Amino acid sequence: MAAASATAAGDQVPRRPLLQRLFGRHPVGQVFAAPYVLFWFALFAYPLGLALYMSVHEYFFAAPGADVQRPFVGLANYTEVLSDPSVRRAALNVLIFLVINVPLTVVFGLVLATILNTALPLRAFFRAAYYVPYVTASVAMVGVWLWLFSGGGLVNSLLGPLAPDPTWLVNSLWAMPIIALFATWKQLGFYVLLYLAALQNIPDTLYEAAKVDGAGVFKRFTNVTVPGVRSATALVVILATITGANFFTEPYLLTGGGGPNGASVSPVLLMYQEGIQQGNAGYAAAIGVVLAIVVMVLSLINRQLLEEE
Amino acid sequence: MATSTVDRSERGRGPGGSAQSSDAEVAAPQAARRPHLRGWRRGVGLFGLTLGAIAFLFPFYYMIVGALQRDPNPTLAGAFPSPGNLTLDNLRAINSRVDLVQTLINSGIFTGGVILLTLVLGLLAGYALAQLQFRGRAIVFGGMLLTLVLPFQLLMIPLYLMIVRGYKLADTFLGMILPFGVNATAVFIFRQFFRSIPGELFESARIDGASEFQILMRLAIPISRPAIITAVIVTFIGPWNEFLWPFLITKDASMQPLAVALANYVSTVAASAANPFGAILAGATVLAVPVVVVFLVFQRYFMSSDIGSSLKG
Repeated sequence: MAAASATAAGDQVPRRPLLQRLFGRHPVGQVFAAPYVLFWFALFAYPLGLALYMSVHEYFFAAPGADVQRPFVGLANYTEVLSDPSVRRAALNVLIFLVINVPLTVVFGLVLATILNTALPLRAFFRAAYYVPYVTASVAMVGVWLWLFSGGGLVNSLLGPLAPDPTWLVNSLWAMPIIALFATWKQLGFYVLLYLAALQNIPDTLYEAAKVDGAGVFKRFTNVTVPGVRSATALVVILATITGANFFTEPYLLTGGGGPNGASVSPVLLMYQEGIQQGNAGYAAAIGVVLAIVVMVLSLINRQLLEEE
Repeated sequence: MATSTVDRSERGRGPGGSAQSSDAEVAAPQAARRPHLRGWRRGVGLFGLTLGAIAFLFPFYYMIVGALQRDPNPTLAGAFPSPGNLTLDNLRAINSRVDLVQTLINSGIFTGGVILLTLVLGLLAGYALAQLQFRGRAIVFGGMLLTLVLPFQLLMIPLYLMIVRGYKLADTFLGMILPFGVNATAVFIFRQFFRSIPGELFESARIDGASEFQILMRLAIPISRPAIITAVIVTFIGPWNEFLWPFLITKDASMQPLAVALANYVSTVAASAANPFGAILAGATVLAVPVVVVFLVFQRYFMSSDIGSSLKG
């Protein structure tokens, strides 16, 4: 270091040694980051590029060794995706999920977090209890819901003559709402803690000022708490969209493969059915790219809205 | 990569999620100033929390009850079974179709492999990102953020093509584990941890003549013990619960993790069992218990790190 600055004495700023200028002050950082970067390229960037490549080709999974033509087809896969009735049904299902999940999550998540934020006994117990479904395997929880909502299950035996016919999971009207309820229940604990963290960021002075102005408990809730956790609420919407698009375990197991008649199909389940079961990988990749674009656009809109605040 | 629910453990770290979730740790000391509820409000508050707890915990209770019932009783009375109706037959029934010991071992190897891989990659990258000035640091960080924005499921088809068709890693643990190396959760946990350590500590070791490798092995890794524990616990849940990816690449039953084997049982063979729900629930209990126990024992790591440790700048 000293030698380098001596030789560069004529410069206004002492020049750092060549090695440092090329690799930074701690070039070893590149060595330490290299394994992750390697994985990033091999198992993230490359498959991402491959997905784009496949989506503009008629890419079929063929028997090993078979020589197949995989012609470039431009945007044909994409136009097919956008006019495919099962893709539309899957998009509708994401929408059904949003309509059920977002209001329930926002209302119950915020109410439970608000109560948890007060000095009540057993807070630690309640927090843990709410979080347990979130950390448990979907496959295990689906087993319980299958039993609860089966034809002769507890829900129907409680409802008696009010039980829907055909029963919940094989009823095209009810299959998707049950999946939405399942996912909402399973993830609510995560959102309770998210709202709890957001509540901590609302300054006390806002509540005190509202109190001085004569606002009651409910006025303070609607005028201070609800706007105060806006960014968490925005996150509920974006994460719900991602969840709705990525359902796999639930429609695969709970409704026997997105049934009845595709009424509870999800975009990722479609990708599995089209790409891996049918071998039409180019088409499935196109569904994936469309999905990725929708999710990215939503994330960007979300960010913009939050930054305008 | 995870099924639609397990990967949510990373959600609090999404770029959008950072703003409101970054202060969970900071918030803890403020607990003393929580508002007090009095009179009827206190009663309503406790009632609401209890109702919530019942809604969250009843399915777990019902799972265990169902797993132990000889004759399934779907009425409300069946939720409080008589001792005479209890049996371990369901566990035997599921074990005769799904080798519980083998699939638990498979789940363990798969989970352990993912933990080891993400720990090594995460510690090295997290330390470098937090404490070392090197060219390309911002690009590495940006690339990592990108993995959080794009749901991993979108890479499902090309990854399947690469792992199964390209590298012929179907029905191998390597094939199950490798794609999880990209998961940035551990990198974030370590980056977060090392940012809280003053850089002078490492600088003084350099002045004392320690090589970068010695600094890593003798200083950085030993002091990061709490971050290692957090990373292990938070990473454990994802692969243990994971269904989609191992399901795609394992056809050989002797290689399947328990979640996959149980799901196959549910979707194909269950109908032929005498008490299908009893057998399913017995398997579900075996799958759920390890994670619930880990969570209950180590919950403070989830509460603060899972929601809290996000990108602070």
